[in-house]
Amino acid sequence: MPQTKPDGITPSQTVGPYFAYGLTPGGKYDWNDAFNNNLVTPDTSGERIRVEGTVFDGDGVPVPDCMLEIWQADAQGRFSDPQDKRALPNTSFKGFGRIGTDARGGYAFDTIKPGVVPDPDGKPQAPHIVLAVFARGMLLHNYSRIYFDGEAANAADPVLALVPAERRSTLIATRQPGSGNPVYRFDVHLQGDNETVFFDV
Amino acid sequence: MTLVYPVQSLAAHPPRLSPAYKSTVKRSPSKPLIPMRHTLSELTGPVYGHETVRANDHDLTVHGKGEPIGERIIVHGHVLDEDGRGVPNTLVELWQANSCGRYVHVVDQHPAPLDPNFTGAGRAQTDAQGYYRFVTIKPGAYPWGNHHNAWRPAHIHFSVFGHSFVSRLVTQMYFPGDPLFPFDPIFNSVTDEKARNRMISSFDLENTKPDWALCYRFNIVLRGRNATPMENS
Repeated sequence: MPQTKPDGITPSQTVGPYFAYGLTPGGKYDWNDAFNNNLVTPDTSGERIRVEGTVFDGDGVPVPDCMLEIWQADAQGRFSDPQDKRALPNTSFKGFGRIGTDARGGYAFDTIKPGVVPDPDGKPQAPHIVLAVFARGMLLHNYSRIYFDGEAANAADPVLALVPAERRSTLIATRQPGSGNPVYRFDVHLQGDNETVFFDV
Repeated sequence: MTLVYPVQSLAAHPPRLSPAYKSTVKRSPSKPLIPMRHTLSELTGPVYGHETVRANDHDLTVHGKGEPIGERIIVHGHVLDEDGRGVPNTLVELWQANSCGRYVHVVDQHPAPLDPNFTGAGRAQTDAQGYYRFVTIKPGAYPWGNHHNAWRPAHIHFSVFGHSFVSRLVTQMYFPGDPLFPFDPIFNSVTDEKARNRMISSFDLENTKPDWALCYRFNIVLRGRNATPMENS
């Protein structure tokens, strides 16, 4: 082990344009996926949903070389991590997903609607998915949250309450019309008038 | 959950808008980021089983039918938190150009040869002390379109998870003494010299393998948990 205490953290650098063959090969490269965009396992309980959208830059141009990662609780609001000291999930649902955007900047995750997770004071947070956004041209990833429209709990969510009212809609995925499993649309705007709210965490 | 990750640690990172690296201009936020307390959603993170990392995933020189071209190297080190504690059992992902500076990615058009025996992707899991080890080929420098005659210093991309979703780190490891350092806006986006130097591996003579491979050490330091109760943050 190193003998001295580090003088700080290792700085972040961009994921660059060429991450796909290492991080999101998706059958296109001679390398296997450690993770993908389908979080649902056969024994997962909860409402199956799809979250999809497009990533845009400050000119409104789709970003085809972006990587998105999500992290979420299961339908009972529990994380698949022993650091969550409450009752642990009893399924193989891992709660983590990763995808690279396609040539049109699009992405989709198949997952389940997460349950309620408490905030540090024990107050309930509205169902949400944590999002990390990486891309060429991003020296450090951005953190955001995906909430769901039509959720009464959004009105009392302690994190949404920190966001200026006129920007809250950038964090709320919109339910798309149609039958079958619910589909929610969540576009990511890296910059500009419709800029997605990013958190300093 | 009573531990938090101090946001002051983030000062080591480059500013998201670093105009010398042109692609940041339209891809960095123009509005202020919103501070918030860490909740369970931020303080937990994905956990992997051993099925994620296969036996030879750490050795990029054996993924093809034959040996790749280039200078064989060992890259190893510890994943640590800010207090110097090893981060055990965490996933380390790596990707890089080949010895000619060419990536297998479909959009890389640099007119340097691909190596049929080298993909350039690897994976390892740290042990109980936070130690990881890769065997690979020293990557080459390559040109990019940022400015006239721009070349990236040789580097290896690293992706590390750590204890929580907010300790997530994607970075690049550089090699000591690279003459391209003064000209690279990505390397120099980190404005603090000491922080910048933490991205440079050190030549590790002691752990070279005679007649087989040179060795570089690269310790990766992630945000650490402090003992401050959430209520005081």
